[in-house]
Amino acid sequence: MSEYTAQDFKKGQPRWCPGCGDHFFLASLHKAMAEIGVAPHNTAVISGIGCSSRLPHYMATYGMNTIHGRAAAIATGCKVANPDLTVWQISGDGDGLAIGGNHFIHANRRNINLNMILLNNRIYGLTKGQYSPTSPRGFVSKSSPYGTVEDPFRPAELCFGARGHFFARAVATDAPGTVDILKAAYNHKGASVCEILQNCVIFNNGTHDAVYNKEGRAKNAIYVKHGEPLVFGENSEYGLVQEGFGLKVVKIGENGITLKDILVHDAHCQDNTLQLKLALMGDGDGFPVALGVIRDVDAPTYDDAVTAQIEEVKAAKKYHSFSELLETNDIWEVK
Amino acid sequence: MTIKELDQVVVRFSGDSGDGMQLAGNIFSTVSATVGNSISTFPDYPADIRAPQGSLTGVSGFQVHIGAGQVYTPGDKCDVLVAMNAAALKTQLKFAKKDATIIIDTDAFQKADLEKAAFKTDDPLLELGVDPDRVIACPLTQMVKDALADSGMDSKSVLKCRNMFALGLVCWLFSRDLEIAFNYLRDKFAKKPGLAQANIKVIQAGYDYGHNTHSSAANVYRIESKVKEPGRYMDITGNKATAYGFIAAAEKAGLKLYLGSYPITPATDVLHELSKHKSLGVTTVQCEDEIAGCASSVGASFAGTLAVTSTSGPGICLKSEAMNLAVIMELPLVVLDVQRGGPATGLPTKSEQTDLLQVLFGRNGESPMPVIAATSPVDCFDAAYQASKIALEHMTPVVLLTDAFVANGSAAFKLPDLADYPAINPPYVPEELKGKWTPYMRAENGTRYWAVPGREGFCHILGGLEKDNQTGAISTAPENHDLMTRLRKQKIDNIQVPDLEVLGDKDDADLLIVGFGGTYGHLRAAMDEMRAAGKKVAMAHFKFINPLPANTSEVLKKYSKVVVAEQNMGQLASFLRMKVDGFVPYQFNQVKGQPFVVSELVSAFEEILKK
Repeated sequence: MSEYTAQDFKKGQPRWCPGCGDHFFLASLHKAMAEIGVAPHNTAVISGIGCSSRLPHYMATYGMNTIHGRAAAIATGCKVANPDLTVWQISGDGDGLAIGGNHFIHANRRNINLNMILLNNRIYGLTKGQYSPTSPRGFVSKSSPYGTVEDPFRPAELCFGARGHFFARAVATDAPGTVDILKAAYNHKGASVCEILQNCVIFNNGTHDAVYNKEGRAKNAIYVKHGEPLVFGENSEYGLVQEGFGLKVVKIGENGITLKDILVHDAHCQDNTLQLKLALMGDGDGFPVALGVIRDVDAPTYDDAVTAQIEEVKAAKKYHSFSELLETNDIWEVK
Repeated sequence: MTIKELDQVVVRFSGDSGDGMQLAGNIFSTVSATVGNSISTFPDYPADIRAPQGSLTGVSGFQVHIGAGQVYTPGDKCDVLVAMNAAALKTQLKFAKKDATIIIDTDAFQKADLEKAAFKTDDPLLELGVDPDRVIACPLTQMVKDALADSGMDSKSVLKCRNMFALGLVCWLFSRDLEIAFNYLRDKFAKKPGLAQANIKVIQAGYDYGHNTHSSAANVYRIESKVKEPGRYMDITGNKATAYGFIAAAEKAGLKLYLGSYPITPATDVLHELSKHKSLGVTTVQCEDEIAGCASSVGASFAGTLAVTSTSGPGICLKSEAMNLAVIMELPLVVLDVQRGGPATGLPTKSEQTDLLQVLFGRNGESPMPVIAATSPVDCFDAAYQASKIALEHMTPVVLLTDAFVANGSAAFKLPDLADYPAINPPYVPEELKGKWTPYMRAENGTRYWAVPGREGFCHILGGLEKDNQTGAISTAPENHDLMTRLRKQKIDNIQVPDLEVLGDKDDADLLIVGFGGTYGHLRAAMDEMRAAGKKVAMAHFKFINPLPANTSEVLKKYSKVVVAEQNMGQLASFLRMKVDGFVPYQFNQVKGQPFVVSELVSAFEEILKK
């Protein structure tokens, strides 16, 4: 049992707009941290710049609200320098995937043991309403009055393309779902990407409407759980099966389909093909949006490997201080 | 043949990039240093990795200056030029004195070689106007093949030993003790005794060739050491000395050393060097870009390490925003800028001092940052140590400026004893402030306290937004921002740096020579030469540039004529004019990517004296 409550992680009065998805997420993060039980002083919360990147100011932990796009790089240095810290990296879709896209992919590739939170509202909020790298093609905003002419990133695809080993998704308003994936992200050793679907009430209101409330999720989302069949619907009446190279929605009980025919979720499968298919569902394609832990595969972490290599070399080499280092050179004596 | 006693001599080894000229040069300098000569070296690499063999762009040089007394530079022009092929002779002749001895491998001056080196005739010496009497023309390749005929080595490996023949010949020319070179090779190839033996055999063959042929072109020289400072020495390049300085500072401060970096010429050797020393707990992360190199170091600093990021000019452009983050968060960080020719990609392998104003002012907002410039390869050690000490004790990013010249150059380094170096005491937040502490509380010298994550009772949030001086919360209050700006400036102004030292005729000089960083040796040599000719000259060289030494104004205003000599268009002169009222110096500016030439400095300074 954890000795902490959510209160132990709370600080200050958030200044996001009333109704902003960040409020919901923050409450879930406090709760998750309390349940995880790592002491506030062994926790570092590191963000970039943007509305959501204000978050560290509302944490009673160590933390930094840094510069635009660099949260993953700064968190990398922090974690590698002190692997004993639990490090949470907070970015929005602009911070994490536009200006910070390079650091996002490399943190995943290196598999730094970071909990990487991506608060995705598909809009630039702090600069007051420009399209972001996750805004859909044709999206009308202040900087795209006639609609964008570019395709968005799909965060899971980027994570998987960078050889990411953990990807989970939750809706900001869904506290239990959010707390669940945050705890799973903490428990996963390595870079853990959590995409949080959140609403911007001012500049992109309704962007995640289909799944933003409980009723919507019952209809339009599927909670995926490792080892359990991929069923969804208000009465769990639908399921996913594999067909050819793709997935297909089927109704259980129709055409002879039974629960046994439904695909069972495997988050631990090394091959990410089907996990990616799950992650990409729900883009107006007749499939539900997948929520929960989609991929969770063990792999060596960078920070562990760095520490292990240092220990290995320490054992193998004969010099362990500056003065001993000097002696490894060609030395001559002038008398 | 005569034996000449010399005070100093400059030797330049040149050949194809793959000819091993750097190794031959290194061994020769080590052998010379071992007998107590003063040394200063300068490798001159081409920008291409491997230009076509024998081509003009593929020539690599290594110049070493050895002296009976102190030498400060690798020398303007050489007394002995080794040219391993036709292209080397053609490109390197300009670095040779008029009466220099030239050693060539006649086997690499065949028709095809001459064509590759764009000679128009089949007599390269005549074409270049070289007096054949000062050339030792030796069928070097053939002699190496003969020497190793029974070694069982393949022909490629045999040819790789050509550099050792040239080394042997030069050792003969300067009456060097071959045993020292042999020991060096036995050490270097400890795991391949066969290779060591082959190299030793070829050196001996080169030496014997010189001895037996008694080439009429050559004098044999002796350079007897006059000033010997007893002690144990090693040869060290500026980049290696820089890395050692960081290691020493981290050990003294009791901190882990972290380097976040991205490969860039000419700074990469610092990354290479530090990456080797994991047994000292050094952590190096080769990041995805320059920005991440600096940003990850800021993260590592927050986590409580001595954090360093290394780069050259183009990398500073990219790191600037993260450097500024360290300014406003008041975290320790050392940013190493090994300057090279700019702008943009510029001259990657060449040396300049053109980043000074960039590191002083090239960031948004009021962003005061200490700047230290290393004055020689060996001084890189002390400069890196001092930069780390200032960063850690004053909770600030510090820029350490070196340049390609000092970074790649080498000199004899007297092994330091860490006990002689000042303690490094970061301002950790005192335990008794628990419960009362806020992140921007300051110690007496104006420095913010350091609370490292993991410590209970000191949780806090830093960031790039302006903070309230009292509470540490985000603040845009006008008075607070003005106050914080002043506090950050005051903190840097409070840093104590040593006074500017005046060398030479400090009481009655007619001209004061002023410079900074890597030009120390050339300016010093120019001053010495002018004083030897009876001129009254003094010199003041800046290592600490921000904050300036307290006596800067006093020194600069004391002399009727002051010349600021730098390898840029006048950046230090501009800074000094900004800081010292009424200071109007003469300027000597050169941006050729090459070290200063002492004779050019002397004539320019003499002109100023005449004005």
